[in-house]
Amino acid sequence: MTDKSDVKLWEQIRRHKLAYYYILPSAIVMALITAFPILYQVWMAFTNFNISNLRNPHPQFVGFANFIKIFTNQVPLENFNFWRTFAFNVVWTFANVFLHVAIGISLAVALNAPRLALKKVYRTLLVIPWAVPSYISALIWKNMFDVDFGAVNQILSSILGHAAKIPWLTNPNAPIKILPFLSYAFYADLITNVWLGFPFMMVVATGALQSIPQEIYEAAEIDGVNERGKFFKITLPLIRSAMLPAIMLGIVWTFNQFNVIYLVSGGGPLGTTEILVTQAYKIVNPGGLYGIASAFGLIVFFILLGITLITNRVTRATESEI
Amino acid sequence: MKRQTIERLKHIYLHAYIIFWILIAIFPVIWIVSMSLNPVNVLRPTTLQIIPKNATLEAYKKVLTRPYEAYPVPFVKLLFNSLFVAGGTALLSVALASTAAYAFSRFRFPGREIGLLGFIVTQMLPATATLAPLFVILTLLHIRNTLYGLIVAYASGSVPFAIWNLKGYFDTVPKELEEAALVDGCDRHQAFTKIILPLSIPAIAVTFLFGFMNGWMEWMLAWTFLTKPTNFTLAMTLYNMQGQWNTPWSQFAAFSIIISLPVMVVWFLLQKYIISGLTLGAVKG
Repeated sequence: MTDKSDVKLWEQIRRHKLAYYYILPSAIVMALITAFPILYQVWMAFTNFNISNLRNPHPQFVGFANFIKIFTNQVPLENFNFWRTFAFNVVWTFANVFLHVAIGISLAVALNAPRLALKKVYRTLLVIPWAVPSYISALIWKNMFDVDFGAVNQILSSILGHAAKIPWLTNPNAPIKILPFLSYAFYADLITNVWLGFPFMMVVATGALQSIPQEIYEAAEIDGVNERGKFFKITLPLIRSAMLPAIMLGIVWTFNQFNVIYLVSGGGPLGTTEILVTQAYKIVNPGGLYGIASAFGLIVFFILLGITLITNRVTRATESEI
Repeated sequence: MKRQTIERLKHIYLHAYIIFWILIAIFPVIWIVSMSLNPVNVLRPTTLQIIPKNATLEAYKKVLTRPYEAYPVPFVKLLFNSLFVAGGTALLSVALASTAAYAFSRFRFPGREIGLLGFIVTQMLPATATLAPLFVILTLLHIRNTLYGLIVAYASGSVPFAIWNLKGYFDTVPKELEEAALVDGCDRHQAFTKIILPLSIPAIAVTFLFGFMNGWMEWMLAWTFLTKPTNFTLAMTLYNMQGQWNTPWSQFAAFSIIISLPVMVVWFLLQKYIISGLTLGAVKG
């Protein structure tokens, strides 16, 4: 029985020989530069691979020592704390995605008002943050958060009428006392990333709103439904299924938002704004702890896999509800 | 009459709300432009003015002649490195992806589903998570400290997306065209190079530009892998400027604008593709 299906499989493979020829070049390169590094990473994660092994790649096997070091915060780097980083990463992701979606939908709804002038111009201007490379915007915002010369404090000063000297990137304390684990730098990162991310959600929501016929709103108006009711009873439920995939994508993006965290706050002060991917980077550069970095990368991979599976399930569940 | 006034009031409110967000959206852009016009001798400007006093293009001139204070690497060399890396990445990923995408689009062979899925899964790992093995392997191959090593590393990141993008386009090209060619005596290879590829030039161009933009803006791997200033790219130079305390902000601003302007122009040209690609990809999961 197995023999027969083997023959069939072989026959099929032979029949599609050409297909494999076409895939071969990219498969070889991907195997060399993606699959092989991942396997190599699994091996490295169980060794004490460090800078000296770059010349002589025969590190010692250390079992689960790297993982234990990570989970017990024994990694020899300043301010290393896996659990705080992980918790912060989750808070960071949800705060951002919530604001992205709220602002994005509110703007899309505003732009969807019938007979509103200048819609096209408004839309073009509002997607500008998306068009600027995130690397550049992060560096620009970092400069804007400078205590003495940054634009943010200067604007606040002119609004308040006295000199505002908010230590955005230097003070590890929390400005909002009921959220003691969120330093000033968190808010600087948050403002930057909200600025960066709301246009995407706005564009997705705009697309979703096109599919709602205007007649539904007119009918609701005749029935005496107010603006609020229209939004919560008609708009939100009808755009939800189109928004969910974008929200999932947003969650994964924000969870791995390296550029904003690394360039604006650098994970500091005192590691208060470190997320997993910036920590992973620092273990390699300047840390040079390749073995631990590999273990850390594997942990990040499984966390991401978990998030993807959970969000996938949530999306499916809510979809079947409708 | 009354209805109209209500709508007008509502519109005033909406305009105000939208304009508020537009101001926020464009403020950093205006700020960076105004910053770049500052005289070079001002290390950090202390006042907010859209057109600063003694506005000058001095900063642009400075970064175009000597972008690196510490090393005499000319701008042209950095530009060449950036173009080489970005162009190489784009070419390599299009070359690798187009044949693979063709196979995935036209043949139903064993392993097709797993192959497509495998390309997606590799995309899930953020670059920093695979940084350690990539660094070690490229070092052992003696290409880590070269632009070629960088191209190989970038291509591995952009090939999966390129395959999906091209496969989606190949799917829309009617099969009958190839079948007719096969009947007329073409072989598969000719059908691919003479019919599918020329018909897919728009999709190939878009894929090429995506690869190019990735290579153009990436700084993190480059900063980790390259050590010789003569190999540095424009994006790395900007990151380095940020680190140097004595670089005037006007030069940083001018350099940012020079680097990002081409990317922004390409982005607005490709806007439709980017949006449809992302939302489609998201819907398909």
